[in-house]
Amino acid sequence: MIALSDYLTFSAILFGLGVAGIFMNRKNVITLLMCLELILLSVSTNFIAFSHYLHDLEGQLFVFFILTVAAAEAAIGLAILVVLFRKKGTINVDKMDMLKG
Amino acid sequence: MLDLKSLALATLLTPLAAAVFTGVLGRNLSKSWVHTLCIGAVGVASILSCSILTSLVFFQTEALNIHLYTWAVAGDISFQAGLLIDKLTAAMMCIVTFISFMVHIYTVGYMRDDAGYRRFFSYITLFTFGMLVLVTSNNFLQLFFGWEMVGVISYLLIGFWFHKESATVANFKAFIINRIGDFGFILGIAAIAYGFGTLDYARVFSQVETVAVSGQAIMLFNPIAIPIIPFACICLFIGAMGKSAQVPLHVWLPDSMEGPTPISALIHAATMVTAGVFMVARLSALFEHSAFALHFILLIGTLTCLLMGLVALVQNDIKRIIAYSTLSQLGYMMIAMGVSAYPIGIFHLVTHAFFKALLFLGAGSVIMALHHEQNIWQMGDLKKYMPITYITMLIGSLALIGFPPFAGFYSKDLIIEAVKVSTMPGASIAYYIALGSVLITALYTFRLFFVVFHSKATMSVETISHLCEPSLNIRLPLIVLALLSMSAGYLLVGPLLQGYFNGSITINDALHPGFAMLQAHFQGAFAMALQGFWQLPFYLSMAGVLIAWLCYVRYPQLSSHIQKTFPSLNKILNHKFGFDTFYEKIAMQGMSLGRSFWQQWDNKLIDGMGVNGTANAIDHIANRLRQFQTGHLYHYAFFMILGFLLLISWMLLTQPGVK
Repeated sequence: MIALSDYLTFSAILFGLGVAGIFMNRKNVITLLMCLELILLSVSTNFIAFSHYLHDLEGQLFVFFILTVAAAEAAIGLAILVVLFRKKGTINVDKMDMLKG
Repeated sequence: MLDLKSLALATLLTPLAAAVFTGVLGRNLSKSWVHTLCIGAVGVASILSCSILTSLVFFQTEALNIHLYTWAVAGDISFQAGLLIDKLTAAMMCIVTFISFMVHIYTVGYMRDDAGYRRFFSYITLFTFGMLVLVTSNNFLQLFFGWEMVGVISYLLIGFWFHKESATVANFKAFIINRIGDFGFILGIAAIAYGFGTLDYARVFSQVETVAVSGQAIMLFNPIAIPIIPFACICLFIGAMGKSAQVPLHVWLPDSMEGPTPISALIHAATMVTAGVFMVARLSALFEHSAFALHFILLIGTLTCLLMGLVALVQNDIKRIIAYSTLSQLGYMMIAMGVSAYPIGIFHLVTHAFFKALLFLGAGSVIMALHHEQNIWQMGDLKKYMPITYITMLIGSLALIGFPPFAGFYSKDLIIEAVKVSTMPGASIAYYIALGSVLITALYTFRLFFVVFHSKATMSVETISHLCEPSLNIRLPLIVLALLSMSAGYLLVGPLLQGYFNGSITINDALHPGFAMLQAHFQGAFAMALQGFWQLPFYLSMAGVLIAWLCYVRYPQLSSHIQKTFPSLNKILNHKFGFDTFYEKIAMQGMSLGRSFWQQWDNKLIDGMGVNGTANAIDHIANRLRQFQTGHLYHYAFFMILGFLLLISWMLLTQPGVK
């Protein structure tokens, strides 16, 4: 039997990986998008784990919503990425500091 | 016949209308239109003034005292405009409008080629209005209004040639010195309002006994209480010292000679500077109740009379000599005020207006003939070339030194007599000084006269070839004024001593019997002139003329010899007793104080710390804070997470329910 804490640990690791990816990645915007997906996945895993543990289907329902939103977000993110590349000729994260004060 | 009110209003408003009209529309009018309009208006005012005088004197019309308009009401005090037309006012109105009329005519010739011709006419006509407001006022506020108005126009006219630096400096000086006097004046008015609860002359005079007896006082620094009437009198007299150029506030008058000569004649000799004398006479009912104030007036008058006469001895500028002479004569008037002989002071004011205006206009004629040369040592022997100017100046000079029976004789002799019979302590000293001043007056007057008209000509040949009598509109005022300088004293002394001013000037005969004694001893103008030849002042003035003749005609090297023999005396006189130097020192102190306030307080504290300091601090902090805005996504994300963690941990640590 897999305990709830195992699910939560797994999800926390996923979340940590995602956040660390956002911090540490200095090269590629696509990696950023992937890290975001990772964070969303970790949240979804939590939802499913709790839903199973508490016998409540609402959690699994939320996961469907999250997946939908994530798909849309990925599509928009990639579209922005394409425009950005056309505009600046690069997708290097370090070069994107136009908001610098 | 018109009533007094409409006559007085017409007298006041005609010059105002002409001044405003020429001032506003002058640009579009031709020169002849401008001067016709202004001369016409002042001429009308002059005739109306005479008719007012006539109706008061010959038709025994009641004096007029009415309120025209209430300007403001504050508590129990109302500020009103009004008219007080009595014999004193009427006499002043006649003098002001008549001298102004003469000066207007003279100006047509004198300012003919000046670019500011229209402006000049507008100013002097407005001045006439201001002076009329001053003398016809029936309350202190309107008096102050007229007082300031003539002050402003005097300022404008001293600096009339504003492209000359000396003229702008002189008009600033006049304005600032007059501010000092006016400060006292307005304090005096405030004291009157405080003590009497009204600013109306008639109501103040009717209460003056009660207030004097009640001993009401003003608390000056808490323990010191000063009775209200002496306080008000001294303050008002300080105003008069500024306007009438009494020592030590006299320094502006000699410098005011930077203005055009007609102005010197009208404003700085005949009318405006005598406003202080007029004011003291007008308020005689008040001044009679303060022996201290009268002493003070006597002291200041005596000082002015002597010191300024002495300074006149060493001046070299023809207008400045006459200006110092004016100061000295104003001192005589104040002496008369000080010994409570107010009518005689006013009498001297009137005769002085005639002969001093004459002297100034004559000097202007000389200056014009010599192409604006004012140094008397650059003149000489003008008798040959300008006979009319010569004769009129001679008459003016004789009137000034008090040669019987010229105008100045009657007024000056009466002043000296009044001081002689005065019972005030210190009057005997004033008497000897007044006598000495007669000698000094004769000396400086005839020094000027001999050097300009009799000594050897020092002008260039070219200048001499151009010398000629000025045009008719300059000669005419000279001749009219000369006639009046000869006859005014003779004609006016009788009515004066027969109680002309009864009712408008109050003298407490029990305390100050001088004027009453003079009235009792008067035996007619002709007898007085005859007696004049056997009295001390006559010999003193003849001695003065003789000394002047010896020093400047017979032995011209004598004067420089005297100068070398008494170098320190000469130095003191040339420094005008150091009043100017003293004020410069004081002003320098004030300026350095002001500068330190400006630099330390204003620039450093207010601007540096306050206004710019706030902006600089915000700028500085913002510069630091913007370093956080790197623009890198991962930094923002990092801070987001950091904040999130902090919030979570704060929640976990503080919320007791969540463990």
